[in-house]
Order: sequence, then C-alpha cells, then structure tokens
Amino acid sequence: MVMAIFIAAFPPLTGMNNYWVGILIFVGIHSMTTMGLSLLMGYAGQISLGHAAFYGIGAYSSGVLTTKFGIHPIGAFGFGILLSAAIAFLVGKPTLRLKGHYMAVATLGFGEIVFIFFNQLSSLTGGPSGLSDIPSLRIAGHPLEGKAYLYLVWAFVFLFLIFSLNLINSRMGRALRALHSSERAAGAMGVDASLCKLQVFILSAIYASMAGSLYAHYVTFISPSSFGLMFSILLLMMVVVGGTESIWGAMLGTAMLTLLPEYLRGLEDFEMLVYGAILTFSLLFMPHGVLEGARKLLIREEKEKAKDG
Amino acid sequence: MSLTSQIIQYFFTGLTVGSIYALVALGFTMIYNATGIINLAQGEFVMLGGLLMAFMILGPQIPLPIAFLIAILTVTLVGILFERLAIHPLPKASILTLIIMTLAGSILLRGVAMVLWGKDPYGFPEFVRGDPVQIFGATIQPQVFWILAITILVVFAVRFFFERTWIGKAMSACAFNPLAARLVGINVRFMVLLSFGLSAALGAIAGAMITPITLMEYDRGPLLALKGFAAAVLGGLGSGTGAIAAGFIIGVVESLGAGLISSGYKDALALLVLLFVLWVRPSGLLGSPEESELRKI
Repeated sequence: MVMAIFIAAFPPLTGMNNYWVGILIFVGIHSMTTMGLSLLMGYAGQISLGHAAFYGIGAYSSGVLTTKFGIHPIGAFGFGILLSAAIAFLVGKPTLRLKGHYMAVATLGFGEIVFIFFNQLSSLTGGPSGLSDIPSLRIAGHPLEGKAYLYLVWAFVFLFLIFSLNLINSRMGRALRALHSSERAAGAMGVDASLCKLQVFILSAIYASMAGSLYAHYVTFISPSSFGLMFSILLLMMVVVGGTESIWGAMLGTAMLTLLPEYLRGLEDFEMLVYGAILTFSLLFMPHGVLEGARKLLIREEKEKAKDG
Repeated sequence: MSLTSQIIQYFFTGLTVGSIYALVALGFTMIYNATGIINLAQGEFVMLGGLLMAFMILGPQIPLPIAFLIAILTVTLVGILFERLAIHPLPKASILTLIIMTLAGSILLRGVAMVLWGKDPYGFPEFVRGDPVQIFGATIQPQVFWILAITILVVFAVRFFFERTWIGKAMSACAFNPLAARLVGINVRFMVLLSFGLSAALGAIAGAMITPITLMEYDRGPLLALKGFAAAVLGGLGSGTGAIAAGFIIGVVESLGAGLISSGYKDALALLVLLFVLWVRPSGLLGSPEESELRKI
C-alpha cells in the first residue's frame, strides 16, 4: 500500500513543468515537518504552536554556516539537526510537564522569541531583510535543480514516512497511544510519560530542522517572515485539517493546504480569512480531519447500499 | 535628560502598556474561570476595538464618546457570536480542540480586519487634546492619565460586578464549581456566553485607549495576547487581582528593559519572563500551588 501511494503521488514526471515540480517540492518539505507534528499531536497528544522556530533554525543553520563560514552543506545540515535537538531538549524538558493550554502558550512564546532573535541577530542572519546567496546543493559539481531536487526531497519524505510508521508500530508507539488514552494507566504499566513525550518532541524538531535546511538550499534566500507565528499555525492547520489521528492525514492536509494558495492567486488579501474559515469549518464539521471524514462517508454509503441491496 | 527623568519616563510608558496587558489578562482570567479555556483570540478583541475606533473617528467623524461606546458594543457582540458559533457547538471537545478553535477564531478575525482595513497601521487623536505634563523632567502625554484612570475605573467596576451583583456572584460560582452552580439553578451556559462578551468588551476598551499612542494594525493581536497571558499566569491563572498587578509589572519591566538595555529584544524579555514563570512556578508568583491544583491546572 505504501508503494502504491508513493507511485500515485508521482504522476508521470516526464511531462511535468517546472511550476508543478516547485509545488511538489514544497509539499514534500512541508510534509517532512507536519509528519513530526502529527506524531507529536496525534500520538503524544501535545500541541506545538512554535514549530516554525525549528524549521527556521534548520534553515538559518544551513544558510548562515554555508554563506558566512564556508562550511559544507552537509556539515551545516548536521549542525542544524544538533542545534534543533539541543534546543528542543532544553525547551521541551520543562515545557512538557505542563498540560494543555500551558503547553500551547509556552511553545507560542518560544516561537516568538526565536523569531525575534532571527530579526535581531542581524550580523549573522541579515536581520529583517534576510539572507541571500545560499548555495544550492551539488553532487559531484552538478547543482541539484528542478526534478533532481524533487527526487531528493521526496526521498527524505519516504525515509521519514517509513521511520515514522515503524515508530508508531514499535514499543514506543504503543506507549504513546497508551499515554494518549490515559496517562495514569500508562504510568502504572511502566511507561515513562515525560521521557516518551520529550523524545517525540525532539524527533519532531529534528524533522522540522531537516525540512528547513532543504528549504534554504532550494529557495537560496531566507528571511525571518517565513518562520513566524503564521507559519507555525499553518503547519498546525495542515495536521488538523488532514486529521491528527494518522500520518496519512497529516500528509493529505499538507498537500491540500500547500496547493490552496495556488488557487487563491490574486486574492492574497483574502488568504488569511480563507485559512481561518477552513480551520473553523474543519473543526466544527470534521473534527477528526478530512481523511477520517471521507472514510466515515464511505462506510455510511456502503451501509446504505447494503440496506438497499 | 537625566537618568532619573529617563527612568520616570520609562516607568510611565510601562504603566501605559501595562494597563493594556492588565485588561487583556483580566479578560483571559474571566473566560478561563468560566470555561477552563485559554482564549487565544483575546488579542484580536483589542485590535478590533482600536481599529473600529480609528475608522469611526477618521471616516464619518463620529464624536469620540459615542465611537467608544459603539466600539465596545460591537466587539462585545463579536465575542458573543464567537462563543455561540464556535465554542458552543463543541461541548464535549478536548482542550486541544478548543485551543485550536480559539486559534481559528483569531485568524478569522485577523483575516476580516485585513480585508476591511488593509495592512497599514491607523491611529486617531488623543481623547482630550492638551499639553504634555512635565514630571521631574519626564514628558507625559495626557492620554497616559486617561488610560490609567479608565483602567482603574474598569478594574473597580469588574470587582463590584463580581462581588456585589447577583449575576457576578453567579459567574464566580460557575468558576468555582460548575456542577454545584447548576444545582442551585444558575444557567452555566449563559454565564459562559457572558464571560466571552465581557472579556471582549475589556479588550475593546484596551484597544480604544492605546491606539492614539501606539497606533493599531490588523496583526497586533497575537503579541498582545501572549503578553496578557504572561500577566495572567504570573498573577496565578484564575486570580483577577493577580492578573492586573502582573500586567502592570510586565509593562514596567518591559519598558525599563527596552529603555535601559535594548529595544530590539523588548518583546523577547516579556516572553522569557512568561517561559521562566511557567517552568519554575506554574502556579504564578502570586498564586499558591494548592489553589492552582484546585483549578485543575
């Protein structure tokens, strides 16, 4: 089934123009981030309103280290992962003890603080006007562009997907699901709740950081405005609209919301209104996400057919 | 300017923004006590209040007191509608869903404001035009005194409402124990509606007062909400008095930090205070741990 969806996700690539290649690259990069967020929300039951910060840390690690210090992109990539994991550990350890809304607000505050630092550390990050001339990735001297980059990004997506699905079906995944239904009962069975949550939080930060690095090398220009509160909310929306219950839901939501702005060309002023309306309606009418909603509709239809027959 | 007069200057600036944080924090507390929800759209009420005022005064030149009333009533209505259309239909939703719902509401309100008024900041003349007052070499705008006076008035009105009126006492009862409140015949759902209306009104008042000084634009909400929340937590979430005191403290600390240390990191300072309090003492500086345990934090 995994392979089938993977192939279905790649319509005949030969006849595809650059416009669609670009969009699919973004769907891939966003998916890498939302997969981690989906693990955090759907399986660990924790909310994060600051994931754009980790995405930004990855992007700025790649951008700053390659342009200002001449470090190889792979080294910068690794540095971003380490930095994100370390920050996620430092922030997550005290924050994950907090419940529900405290967690939401703490991550929101964390995201804003990182955003302020991106703006203020202008000697490193270029400040509000951004950082340009980030080198594109090369293999043996050939720059990875267009479809080559698409394959690279989706290779990462595929790896993340396999890793995440394995994680869900591992001892850790079962522990997380137990935590989600009752923290006390899970604790009585010997599940270390705070350790589990912390591990997932760090993993989701690493996913986001890797996605951010790939983003920086693809667009070659980054500025703080791409990593603000609105992007954190957008990531959260992708997971919620698709469905927090499964990784597939997150991927579906990501694809839908990444494509949406393409259909809103010329209506940029209405973009935020549309996002707000989509989130509100999906919470009201499809609280378990589009994927689950569609599945329920199918089941209902089948039942009706069975009745008629 | 000497250091003393500088400090006095920053202190008054701090009290001014502090009043706004205090009112936002009071709004958070009201909804939290009635429902257990943190309303992330709280900052949008402030933004709406400010922008509505600006457009009534700049456009059709409605006299200020009338515009003030219309702005408060409109935003109150927005708060009530928000509860009816978004929170009320989800009676059994998890805290996670409710938080995301208030987030959705805040994006929606921001989107509406952007479509209606665009992205530019707007302001309007001060409530009463007058010369700035000199205090020990610091220059204080008259609007600052208006803000302080109205805030104090509002705080006392809210106190009177909760302690002396029947409806206010009923609301406190819901905060304390919704089930018991229902048993003695209090309409809990109505109190929830009322808490959204009232805290929207508080936001509108704050927005209308601060706009002549700081201007207002469509995306000012989230930061105001975060700092207001910081105040609410610092004061021990659920305590109105604590929230107000903490609002003023955060305002003054932020303003002194911006003036004496670095203005670029001014917002980060207030947020670091928030994170620090959450991590070290989630019951707030002024609340007791036992009390917060009772409030199901």
